[in-house]
Amino acid sequence: MMVTKELVERLAALSRLRLPREEQEKMTGELEQILGYMDVLKKLDTSGAESLAESGSLKNVLREDEVIPSQDREELLRNAPASDGETFLVPKAVE
Amino acid sequence: MTWETVIGLETHVELATKTKIFCSCTTAFGGAPNTHCCPVCMGMPGTLPVVNKKVVEFAARAGLALNCEITRRNRFDRKNYFYPDLPKAYQVSQLYLPIARNGRVAISTEDGEKEIRIHELHMEEDAGKLVHDPWLDQTRCDYNRCGVPLIEIVTEPDFRSGTEVIAYLETLKSTLEYLGVSDCKMQEGSLRCDVNLSVRPAGSQTLGTRTEMKNLNSFKAILRAIDYETKRQIERLEEGKPVVQETRRWDDNKDATFSMRSKEDTQDYRYFPEPDLPPLELSEEYLEGLRQQQPEMAHARRARYQAEYGLPEQDAALITGQKALVDFFEETVALGAPPKEAANWMLGEMMRRLKEEGQEPKEMKLTPANLAALIALVEAGKINRNTATKVFRAIFPENMDVKEYVCTHGLEQVSDPALVERTVEEVFRAQPQAVEQLRAGNGKVMGFLMGQVMGRLQGKADPGAVREAIRSKL
Repeated sequence: MMVTKELVERLAALSRLRLPREEQEKMTGELEQILGYMDVLKKLDTSGAESLAESGSLKNVLREDEVIPSQDREELLRNAPASDGETFLVPKAVE
Repeated sequence: MTWETVIGLETHVELATKTKIFCSCTTAFGGAPNTHCCPVCMGMPGTLPVVNKKVVEFAARAGLALNCEITRRNRFDRKNYFYPDLPKAYQVSQLYLPIARNGRVAISTEDGEKEIRIHELHMEEDAGKLVHDPWLDQTRCDYNRCGVPLIEIVTEPDFRSGTEVIAYLETLKSTLEYLGVSDCKMQEGSLRCDVNLSVRPAGSQTLGTRTEMKNLNSFKAILRAIDYETKRQIERLEEGKPVVQETRRWDDNKDATFSMRSKEDTQDYRYFPEPDLPPLELSEEYLEGLRQQQPEMAHARRARYQAEYGLPEQDAALITGQKALVDFFEETVALGAPPKEAANWMLGEMMRRLKEEGQEPKEMKLTPANLAALIALVEAGKINRNTATKVFRAIFPENMDVKEYVCTHGLEQVSDPALVERTVEEVFRAQPQAVEQLRAGNGKVMGFLMGQVMGRLQGKADPGAVREAIRSKL
């Protein structure tokens, strides 16, 4: 797959990454290498194998609908870079 | 040119579980900000979600009630986006394998019954609440609602008017309330809609370019938004301008829709299977068990009320239209009230009082036991109908005890025949002219004389007994 400058820019935007031009160029090469390796892997015949998302013996892991007290708010807010003691504060985000 | 409106609906419904979809935090409405949160719903690294059994059950039962095919092997997917309403930066939803597909719902329209096709129904988690502070240029995040379980029900573009949309939503609401899977309180956001709308020349088979309207949380807003958006699109097309595919926000205060984002910056959610949740297999036995539990729905119940209780069709339809009314009615009848009496009180005085108080049936304090007690007093001749209406109006707001109220206000019917007779004699002495007229055959005077007697007895006598006493005294 051809990795274009536009694709790298789009991926960077989606990942909220600011990439300087040198890094963009470097990333283009690296992404091409990664995708090239995927092409190698794709050549392996996996027709008989289960997909990873489906594999494993686990299924139907469920819990009962019973309330357990929530975490102490002060403790939760302690992890936040900014709070007003009740809510998490983030830079203004309006959709 | 005549235009046709084509509408499809996405409805988000909050499920009435006690806990969130992936953790054991409460789903209670309100609560101080961030007090219903834990490391799982806050998306802390290293935590693992575990699916709430009840969510699967409720979603499957909703799917069955909407005549859907149920997906036997379910999976969840991650929908990735950067917006601080979800601290994980992704929402767990179902894209590839929704729990239910290909359903249908019958709605009543002016032109008879119409079928609305259900495209799919899937499970997902709700997001948090953001409050934007214009002064600080900051946003406050309250994550109490993060992880509250939702089902999203997507229809095919089968609606042709706002009225059809409302008919569908009312049917959907009543179905979900019957199932008990959601309380459908629109003012608390437990039922909200996105409306996809396009217009096309009448008779055309191809769909026009659609817009999506978000932020609709009342039937009134939905109707007004559909009306506004239909006109806006027709106007553009008639001016030769194209409709742009975009998401628009309905502003209830301004009565208009505003562009939020266009197709060009449509988000790329980069969905992928949720690796933290193993697949969910629903066996045939499990689904059969759920089918057995499905309650009698509005349609069947309406027919039964007519056949079994002899209610008029209109009354049966009004009661079965709302689950809260059905529960109230059935309990009142179970407590011994004659069904027709119970229905009359509910659809008459009760609805009138609810309207006056601006309340929904499920919000009122009046209990079936209290209404049954009132009906029993009337049936036993302890109070007359007039008094009963007054008592009902007085006890309604706070559900005051009927018997106590009647007792403390001395409203029990005068059943002493001697007292009634004495009062009639008093009235005869005071109103000789009227008595003469009645003797002369003027029947209209009867009402006047009865009123006089009732007045002296504070309205507490049985009107039949008073009439009898007057006749015999003549």
